[in-house]
Amino acid sequence: MAFRFHLLLLLFAIVSASVQAELTLSKVDRKIDLSSHIVRVTSTLKVENLGPGVASEVLLAVPDYQANNLADLRAVINEGKSSIVLHIEHFSPEVSRPEFTFYSISLTKGLEKGQSVTLDVFSAFTHSVIPFPEEITQADSQLILYKDSAYFVSPHAVKVQTLRIKLPSARVEAYTNIQNTKFNGTSIRYGPYENLPPFSSLPITVHFENNRPFAVAKQLVREIEISHWGNVQVTEHYRLFHGGALNKGGFSRINYQSRQVIGGISSFRSLLARLPPRAHSVYYRDEIGNISTSHLWGDSRKTELEIEPRYPMFGGWRTSFTIGYGLPLHDFLFESEGKHLLDITFGCPMDEVVIDELFVKVVLPEGSKDISASTPFPTKQWQEVKFSHLDIVGRPVVVLQKTNVVPEHNLHFQVHYRFNNLSLLMEPMMLISGFFFLFVSCIVYMRVDMSISKTSASYQAKLQWEEMQATVQQARSIINRCLAIHDKLDASLRDLSRTGDVQQCKSTRKAADGMLKELSKELKPLLGVLQSSPQASQIWPKVEELAVKEREMQERLMLKHSTVVDSFEKKSGGRDIENRIASHQQKISALRHEIDDLLDAIDEI
Amino acid sequence: MAATSAMDSLSSAATSAVKSLKLRTKQQELLIRVSTLCLIYVLAFSIRLFSVLRYESMIHEFDPYFNYRTTVYLSENGFYEFWNWFDSESWYPLGRIIGGTLYPGLMVTAHLLHRAISAIRFAVHIREVCVLTAPFFASNTAVVAYLFGKEVWDTGAGLVAAALIAVCPGYISRSVAGSYDNEGVAIFALLLTFYLFVKAVNTGSLSWALASAFSYFYMVSAWGGYVFIINLVPLYVLVLLVTGRYSMRLYVAYNCMYVLGCLLAMQIRFVGFQHVQSGEHMAAMEVRNLNDGEVDSYVAQLNDLQAAVVWQGIMIVVWKPKLRDAVSVRSFYEWWRRRRSRLLIIGQNSKEVFYFLDYVKHLLNDPKLFNDFLRITVTCAVSVGALAIGVGTASGYISPWTGRFYSLLDPTYAKDHIPIIASVSEHQPTAWSSFMFDFHILLFLFPAGLYFCFKRLSDATIFIVMYGLTSMYFAGVMVRLILVAAPAMCLISAIAVSATLKNLTSLLRSKSKVQAVSSSKGTSSTKASMKASLDQSLPFQRNGAITLLLGAFYLLSRYAIHCTWVTSEAYSSPSIVLAARGAYGGRVIFDDYREAYFWLRQNTAPDAKIMSWWDYGYQITAMGNRTVIVDNNTWNNTHIATVGRAMASYEDEAYEIIQSLDVDYVLVVFGGVTGYSSDDINKFLWMVRIGGGVFPVIKEPDYLVNGEYRVDKGAAPKMLNCLMYKLSYYRFGELTTEYGQPPGYDRARGVEIGNKNVKLEHLEEAFTTSNWIVRIYKSSATF
Repeated sequence: MAFRFHLLLLLFAIVSASVQAELTLSKVDRKIDLSSHIVRVTSTLKVENLGPGVASEVLLAVPDYQANNLADLRAVINEGKSSIVLHIEHFSPEVSRPEFTFYSISLTKGLEKGQSVTLDVFSAFTHSVIPFPEEITQADSQLILYKDSAYFVSPHAVKVQTLRIKLPSARVEAYTNIQNTKFNGTSIRYGPYENLPPFSSLPITVHFENNRPFAVAKQLVREIEISHWGNVQVTEHYRLFHGGALNKGGFSRINYQSRQVIGGISSFRSLLARLPPRAHSVYYRDEIGNISTSHLWGDSRKTELEIEPRYPMFGGWRTSFTIGYGLPLHDFLFESEGKHLLDITFGCPMDEVVIDELFVKVVLPEGSKDISASTPFPTKQWQEVKFSHLDIVGRPVVVLQKTNVVPEHNLHFQVHYRFNNLSLLMEPMMLISGFFFLFVSCIVYMRVDMSISKTSASYQAKLQWEEMQATVQQARSIINRCLAIHDKLDASLRDLSRTGDVQQCKSTRKAADGMLKELSKELKPLLGVLQSSPQASQIWPKVEELAVKEREMQERLMLKHSTVVDSFEKKSGGRDIENRIASHQQKISALRHEIDDLLDAIDEI
Repeated sequence: MAATSAMDSLSSAATSAVKSLKLRTKQQELLIRVSTLCLIYVLAFSIRLFSVLRYESMIHEFDPYFNYRTTVYLSENGFYEFWNWFDSESWYPLGRIIGGTLYPGLMVTAHLLHRAISAIRFAVHIREVCVLTAPFFASNTAVVAYLFGKEVWDTGAGLVAAALIAVCPGYISRSVAGSYDNEGVAIFALLLTFYLFVKAVNTGSLSWALASAFSYFYMVSAWGGYVFIINLVPLYVLVLLVTGRYSMRLYVAYNCMYVLGCLLAMQIRFVGFQHVQSGEHMAAMEVRNLNDGEVDSYVAQLNDLQAAVVWQGIMIVVWKPKLRDAVSVRSFYEWWRRRRSRLLIIGQNSKEVFYFLDYVKHLLNDPKLFNDFLRITVTCAVSVGALAIGVGTASGYISPWTGRFYSLLDPTYAKDHIPIIASVSEHQPTAWSSFMFDFHILLFLFPAGLYFCFKRLSDATIFIVMYGLTSMYFAGVMVRLILVAAPAMCLISAIAVSATLKNLTSLLRSKSKVQAVSSSKGTSSTKASMKASLDQSLPFQRNGAITLLLGAFYLLSRYAIHCTWVTSEAYSSPSIVLAARGAYGGRVIFDDYREAYFWLRQNTAPDAKIMSWWDYGYQITAMGNRTVIVDNNTWNNTHIATVGRAMASYEDEAYEIIQSLDVDYVLVVFGGVTGYSSDDINKFLWMVRIGGGVFPVIKEPDYLVNGEYRVDKGAAPKMLNCLMYKLSYYRFGELTTEYGQPPGYDRARGVEIGNKNVKLEHLEEAFTTSNWIVRIYKSSATF
């Protein structure tokens, strides 16, 4: 009786909060889907206003044993073809009922007396199915207990209601049998029950078999790194375990290998990740290296990655791994009003994985400003800084945290930020300037004289040595020029034999003679320097010999030249000329040979 | 016409551009040399990346996992924590003082590299740094080989040496990417020390000697092979003394390098006073004393002390009291006081010897006679020294040599006395085939190089000859010392190649020059006569030279091909991941080790103790992150013998040992399904031997039938029921491994197993990997 009174009081409070509107649920159809380890409840509520006031919100009550596991709650009004998602928020009534958590659904327009509206309320619960027995062997299949109320628990009175529980398999150990219970194959039907007062409940239990993978990620960290060079790199770090009945009695490989059905029916071997289309550079690894058991398919609309953990996952077994992939930037990044907008999915790409704690870290390029993130459901947000390749101040990171995440949260969220595209060039410029300074410092090191004492003997000797080398180089180049002139003279002789132009040949000889004289004049001071230099003691005799040989060759060549020209003027025969210059020729070639050898010898020093 | 003139102007512009770019011969040579060296640098790095391309960027084999684990610890906790690290995850329940029982050079190097890379803002994981440390140092070794070759012979020999060592399989075997082991950096340090020492001997410069000492310090910090240096260098000095090549340069180089090197080496905790007390180092001490005698030993010894005190002071100021375990001044003084009398006596003696020698030299007044005299004296001194060492060893003052060192001098020693050393395959004597495999043509070029070295004898070539000959001996004794011989082989072969090629090309060049000259001459008759005369003087020279050159290039290209093949086929397997050819020619990967280690890491209690044979200890601690009973450090023979005994006993007895060691899981490696031959059953006899060495209850003959080791029906009853057999073959009898064979057919040994009905009483199968390579059993005490 006291309870009744209490309840009335509460009702009164609620009713007064919505100005004398009195809502009843004229029809409730609930469907509970137990086919996976996420419990999905879809309720169709027909709400009717009986009171005089205008009702703007509808209350939902969730019993506390379920409230902590509530992952997702949403309500939709179906109006014709379009459906409107309604706003839901946490509600604390004036008279507290600690065994319930309340949510209020705000209707789009007030509900006046006598009017009714049909809502679809969808909720998802995690960790609500409990394995019983808690420990099973490898061969056993997994049995699951689910507890709920046969009546829709609501702060409003319910006129007619039904409940349908969908099961994954036909094997049911037990279920609570009350009035109007029907069991057919893979589903149990309760109801209809009529005219139940607010907060009425009737506990029911279902005990059934479920061998679907119970993959639970204790923690998932998704890192989404944006590079304005055209890539979005997604890295996901999973810490996964099998949330079903614990494995006992060890693991026998031979049973697992040869009799798969009875040797590991409750385990799962692989997971399927549905990645966005055009995902590339996919990898799958863990702390100790690459995991080679994965398969990737893809077409223009999707990319599917099937990953196998290193070992089959039995109840209670844990694993951890990382998958990463790159996505084309233009699929996810948009620009509006000078701001960039990243639009990408929030949750994990895998089927039926429950995530206890999810961190989504969006790493923006260095130098991003005015960062804000918007998500379709409440999350905890803060910012961090991450240092990556060639960063100076670090990259801003937006962190979004959410607990109890189910696949229904796999919605798009947005991050807005400002980024100047010129900053893109900063890192290449840094690299270029780094190499530039490296080379400059090399050049400086090679060119700049870094000796401490400028008067020490060794330093002086080094200077002298360099000077001497330069002199030898000059002398060499002069000799080379002389040799070039010799070649020219030879060429003029050949021309003569071809054209018979004696005058030109003579003029060539004259010019060559003048040039050779000039060169020997240039050579003289150099030879003097070398002779006096103490460093050149080794090289001096060679250079001297070279100069002497060169002079001798000059003379011989001139002699030969004049002989040829003379005999040509005298019109002597070719044979005759050849005989006359033969001795010269022999000598010249011998000299030339010696000079070449000397030049080589000097070069080697 | 216009077109031709345009062509003319164009061609003249082109030629002028070429002319402006035209470099002097010297510059050309420099350009070619530097670019060749750069290419060699890149080649040495990239040839070692086969393993990364074939498999992945991962750490290989056994010891590298320990090095990797310690490097990670160092980078996470800093140097002091690393230095004072007591590791309770290995050698349960004894634990291991990591800081005092390892050579920290490798870890510190990788850590510093990682820090440097992070400092210039490259976010690279420490694992990548560790994987690429060995190739990076291999490239550096090639550069050092160039410098060394240049110092010993000429730049050509240096370049050839760099090219040879860059791809030498003997070196690649220990320095592929992922083989993160001490040897990776130690060969670089070894060669650098030798190079700097030879440089110091050639120049007599104190600074080179100092650099050599520091390089030696680095070597000591990186690898136990420093013993080779500290024995080879004195031996070299002794040889120079005996051959009368002793000089002031040598004196400066050796004394500076030895004294400082010794003091620096003592800073490494794992080495400590061993460096001056253990028998392996005595040769150096004696030669130094002898050597000192020739100038003034007393002063030098005092200088030692001063240097030591100053050094210790620096160490203490710099490292502060945090480093309590480091060698302190006080302990140094205690040591000094103990040894002073001995040193002083030697010092005084040698001083007198010196004056005496001087006097004798003066008396004899003939260098030849004096040299003979010196030779005799030195020989006497050496024998006296040997006697002193003998007495010292007998009286226990000088610690005896370690087993590994004994087995170097007597290859059969380990086999008879220390099974734990003999059980390691890399400690076996080397087969001829592996010499051929690892050196290829170097094996033939080596004697040729020795010939060239003897032809042009100098201090440097004597060094390289001694290095080559001693390291060849050691390479013959132990497989893994092929590594030490590789640089010497490459250098000496490079001398042979370079000298031969140089001779041949100089023949070709002189010939072609004569031809060029004669052809430029124009008139035909003289040209012909000249050519004829030249040809007569050197018949077939040109053709012969060309043939020989082509032959040399053919040989060298065969070498390059062989090296690439060996690297890709033999030395690039991480041995964690096994690869095999499948039935249809595809590559099949067996990743069972990591499967098992990751299972341990994820699904056992964090303080679980794993018992396995010691080979897998490092991998279990590094990848499985669990405590092990024994690991590859093998410092406690008894502990390993206990594990061996457990594996060799019946299950009840083994279970008592397992309980007494607090073991939760037992891990065995089994290749019967895949045909993987280096599994625990094949190693089992070593377990028996090592176990039996400490616990006489384990007798090897109990496991053999007529001296034959077998696992089939004819096996010994004890074999069929010992723990190792049971764990390996548990429920294996139900499995058909090969078509057409009965169930329980062991593919690794090719027999049907003898005991198919294995029942375990105290242990329970906890996990078996997908190819059965690793099997893990849970002790029932932890149920």
